[in-house]
Amino acid sequence: MKRVGVFLCWCGSNIAGTVDVGKVAEQARRLPGVVHVEENKYTCSEPGQAAIVKAIKDQRLDRVVVASCSPRLHEATFRRTVESAGLNPYFFEMANVREHCSWIHTDKETATPKAFDLVRMAVAKALRNEALTRGSITIEKRALVIGAGIAGIQAALDIADAGHEVILLEREPTIGGRMAQLDKTFPTLDCSQCILTPKMVDAAKHPNITLYTWSELEKVAGYIGNFTVTIRRKARGVDETLCTGCGVCQSKCPVKVPSEFDEGMGMRKAIYSPFPQAVPNRPVMDRANCTFFKTGKCKICERFCEAKAIRFDQEDSLIEVKVGAIVTATGFDLFKVEKYGEYGYGLYPDVINSLQFERLVNASGPTDGKIKKPSDHEIPKSVAFVLCVGSRDEQKGTTYCSRACCMYSIKHAIQFRDKVKDGRAYVFYMDIRTPGKSYEEFYKRAAVDYGVEFIRGRPSKIFSRNGKLVLKAEDTLLGRPIEVEVEMVVLAPAMLARNDAAKIAQTMSISYDGYGFLNEAHPKLRPVETNTAGIFLAGVCQGPKDIPDTVAQASAAASKVIGLLSHEQMATEPMIARVSEALCSGCLWCKPICPYQAIEAKTITEKIQGKVVSREVAAVNSGLCQGCGACTVACRDGAMNISGFTNDQLLAEVDELLGASRPACAAE
Amino acid sequence: MPNLKSPLLVSGGPEKRVFLGEVDAMAATHVAACYQCGKCSGGCPLSFAMDYQPRQIMRLVQMGLADEALASNTIWVCATCYTCTSRCPRDIDIAGVMDALRFMARRRGFRPGDRNVGVFHRSFLNGVKRFGRSHELMLFVEYKLGTMRLTEDLPLGAKMLAKNKMAILPEITKGRAEIAALFRESARGAEKGGDKL
Amino acid sequence: MSGQSVRYSYYPGCSLHSTAREYNVSVRAVAQAAGVELVEVPDWNCCGATSAHATDPFLAFALPARVLLQAEESGLDILAPCAACYGRLMTAKEEAHRRPDLVARFEKAIGRKLGPAPRILNVLEFLAEPKVTETIAAGLKRPLTDLKVAPYYGCLLVRPSKVTHFDDAERPTSMDKILASVGATPVDFPGKTECCGASLGISRVDLVVELSGRIVQQAKHAGAEAIAVACPLCQTNLDGRQGTAAAKLGEAFGLPIYYITELVALALGVAPGRLGLGKHLTNSLALLRQKKLA
Repeated sequence: MKRVGVFLCWCGSNIAGTVDVGKVAEQARRLPGVVHVEENKYTCSEPGQAAIVKAIKDQRLDRVVVASCSPRLHEATFRRTVESAGLNPYFFEMANVREHCSWIHTDKETATPKAFDLVRMAVAKALRNEALTRGSITIEKRALVIGAGIAGIQAALDIADAGHEVILLEREPTIGGRMAQLDKTFPTLDCSQCILTPKMVDAAKHPNITLYTWSELEKVAGYIGNFTVTIRRKARGVDETLCTGCGVCQSKCPVKVPSEFDEGMGMRKAIYSPFPQAVPNRPVMDRANCTFFKTGKCKICERFCEAKAIRFDQEDSLIEVKVGAIVTATGFDLFKVEKYGEYGYGLYPDVINSLQFERLVNASGPTDGKIKKPSDHEIPKSVAFVLCVGSRDEQKGTTYCSRACCMYSIKHAIQFRDKVKDGRAYVFYMDIRTPGKSYEEFYKRAAVDYGVEFIRGRPSKIFSRNGKLVLKAEDTLLGRPIEVEVEMVVLAPAMLARNDAAKIAQTMSISYDGYGFLNEAHPKLRPVETNTAGIFLAGVCQGPKDIPDTVAQASAAASKVIGLLSHEQMATEPMIARVSEALCSGCLWCKPICPYQAIEAKTITEKIQGKVVSREVAAVNSGLCQGCGACTVACRDGAMNISGFTNDQLLAEVDELLGASRPACAAE
Repeated sequence: MPNLKSPLLVSGGPEKRVFLGEVDAMAATHVAACYQCGKCSGGCPLSFAMDYQPRQIMRLVQMGLADEALASNTIWVCATCYTCTSRCPRDIDIAGVMDALRFMARRRGFRPGDRNVGVFHRSFLNGVKRFGRSHELMLFVEYKLGTMRLTEDLPLGAKMLAKNKMAILPEITKGRAEIAALFRESARGAEKGGDKL
Repeated sequence: MSGQSVRYSYYPGCSLHSTAREYNVSVRAVAQAAGVELVEVPDWNCCGATSAHATDPFLAFALPARVLLQAEESGLDILAPCAACYGRLMTAKEEAHRRPDLVARFEKAIGRKLGPAPRILNVLEFLAEPKVTETIAAGLKRPLTDLKVAPYYGCLLVRPSKVTHFDDAERPTSMDKILASVGATPVDFPGKTECCGASLGISRVDLVVELSGRIVQQAKHAGAEAIAVACPLCQTNLDGRQGTAAAKLGEAFGLPIYYITELVALALGVAPGRLGLGKHLTNSLALLRQKKLA
């Protein structure tokens, strides 16, 4: 006879406020098999756990049910507790009376019986729980980092410094990402390139880092410790091993197109390296704009390339790598400010966005750091910086705050005032948000030391009058309409998830939110993990953030990876599919349904009435199976079961709830 | 009063923020630092009697709206109790700004936004100029004549006289020549663009 | 108590010679009881008060600066019982460091050099000086037992704290301690450092009635039987305007407004008759008689 102990948690008032725990305890005592019931204010606390251990010993319990919170929160905790008392941890069963009952109900009269239902179901299952043993898998001691902006570079360097191999993947021709486009960084105003390029070079030269630029993620298969990743190396048009990076090809190329890296503020060639400090220092061929690919003639680059590295016939290639962990650092896109027709972007050339301003103010940018109006290349004497273009706008943009715009726009205003001494800088804002170290001080310096003028109010329209741009707004602090005439306007666009973020997420089977930002496993306690084991997040792909937060998150993700890769083996949950070969009819309907390719056919031989017979049955690869349960649903024979969630165990819960005593014949 | 309906035009021209600079220099503070939290107005014991809240005065100074700030009654109703100054999270000497604005208003010929307060201060300083010390009875009379509020407060004045709290004859500082020299220097400084003191 | 006499320079200011004569009397009475000699600043002038600093930045500095200059020769610390005078002297002292331009203009106009300013004491600091505290500690002739007094600090003793460096701008306690030391019960109330309307006393009576009325009301509602002040302007406003305010608010106040020195002097045994308490507009003797203190 099984001896079940039931432990009812109050969770302070989280449960006890809505459920009459005493009453549930009283009823639980009468359940078959239950020999011990006790309540605890916080079962997860040290004394709460000690009470379980004590009861297991004193009452000789062999099954334990805790009715408390979600198994996601404390199942692992209580399994350890039970194990420490000498019981198999899978003899433990959890009833979720918090998330599934007390938190979603207000009426004690109805919540209490429901809580008891959940408890008796758990007891019914616990009576059928079996001892299970964890397996182990070998860990591939290599990591993949997707995206080589500052987040990816930082994560890659941290992991590589810890002695593990890293594959750093970047789809642009160079690593460096957004930060490489910036001039100075707030609040210290140190030069972005100066602090970034050494890291770029370190990443390229690190013996443990393999760099794949101009390459994209194609496919991810496998699971934590054993991912198989397919990478598409896009045709560069250049043999990287022969190219010396001399730059002659791009200087000779006759084609000029707007530079993506310069956000259209400057031009590039059809064979190009985005900027002089690009890593690797190897150009790529832009086939869409290349004269040869358009007309079949030109090849000037090839003619001048002394290294003979130009390859017009190069094709994309696919490579496969095995990694144990993945860091996703895919960055962000900017809100298209032209969606605000009232702001005249696209209509007035001197209305630009903040990243364009970064290129204008950048010493190595297309204007050599001179802030010049795109319209006439004159230096503007007045600039308005408009915050929240797309942020905090439910109609035209996104609902959230993009977090970095206040600070970088203040920085822009400071840079403008610094470069144009008699110029005037206006910042139109709704709230100035400066939640970082030395940020508020930076804001005050802008107002006091740099004379930046702050106007609280979202401009409603930007229009042209007598050759000036007029921002029509309300000074909400004065409570009166205001029109500010300036020569240039800089719009601070919202940070958006990459437009293909959903595709990336689906490729890796990780979840994403309504905006396309990748979801962390827990917003507070697991901020860099995803819900898919072995895949981690760094940087703005998870949500808008500035450089310090991005770097911190990248190092956090790296530390998780390092922790994982520091083991040779890792324990696997025993809750995976198993086949009852006796019942399996070998139809193999389960095989195509398995998302992990974990099921194969297997031939078995058995003696039936003295005759040796061979037949085909399904076989589960315990290394690949993730215990999702899809096969058990597909199995017509009831031969497929997930250990710990067998048909028998689940039906016992259902029967308990329905009050039916299951006929023996159904219990196959 | 300004026409509140017409938009405030900011030319964005390269001119310096002159008014803000003058006020900052006189009050030895930085009005540009004001982020308009309103704590000054919230704590001001006299805000209920002001046409512009102290916060709004700071904003007028930031935006260079000198005429409005100098014509306001706020700067005259302010009793310089320093509650605002002592609580300002941006460490702006708001009461000092009020002093500066009053002074500028006088120098630039603005009629005090509160006539009685203006007459009082003038009468008070006249007395000091004359005797070196304040003489309440003469101040009272001069103020009454200046404002033509002859009957207001007479009962209190009478009581104070009866209780010998107001001397009939003034006390006089012997070094009156020095006091006169200080008043002359004040006037001279004002003529030489005293705003920039 | 040592027999040796301690001397202070004394700057009564205009009010203590007119509207606040009784304040002058009580300050001197306390000094006498404590064996302290007060030496009046020779040929002092008005500090300029609010009117100067409100309208004339040069005079705002120059008038109190001349007072400091007049006091220089004695080399003594200056006691300035009027909170407004104290504020102006402290400001001038601070500006003398910060504004050499003002100092130069002042010295040129007056033909004399301004030396380093001495220590300037307000009345609460004076009452906390060793001689006075020793006298109080040595024994009270008439402890103010059962007298519930709200200490009212007003503005200029504690603000701006960068100038006065005295007590706490929001929750001062120095007067509370003095009241307790003479046997009275200090009554904490939210109006402790609210403004009474100060110099608007004549020009905007309506505002002063409003402000002073609120302060007296808060003290009364907090259970005070009287208010102690350390400023002639505060006394005049709270004392002279509470009748009108009470009528406006439909309440009866009748709260005597004592100078803190009057209460200390009483406790040290000075006869009430000598203090000129009859000069107060709100009856100040009845409460003392009721408490058997007069």
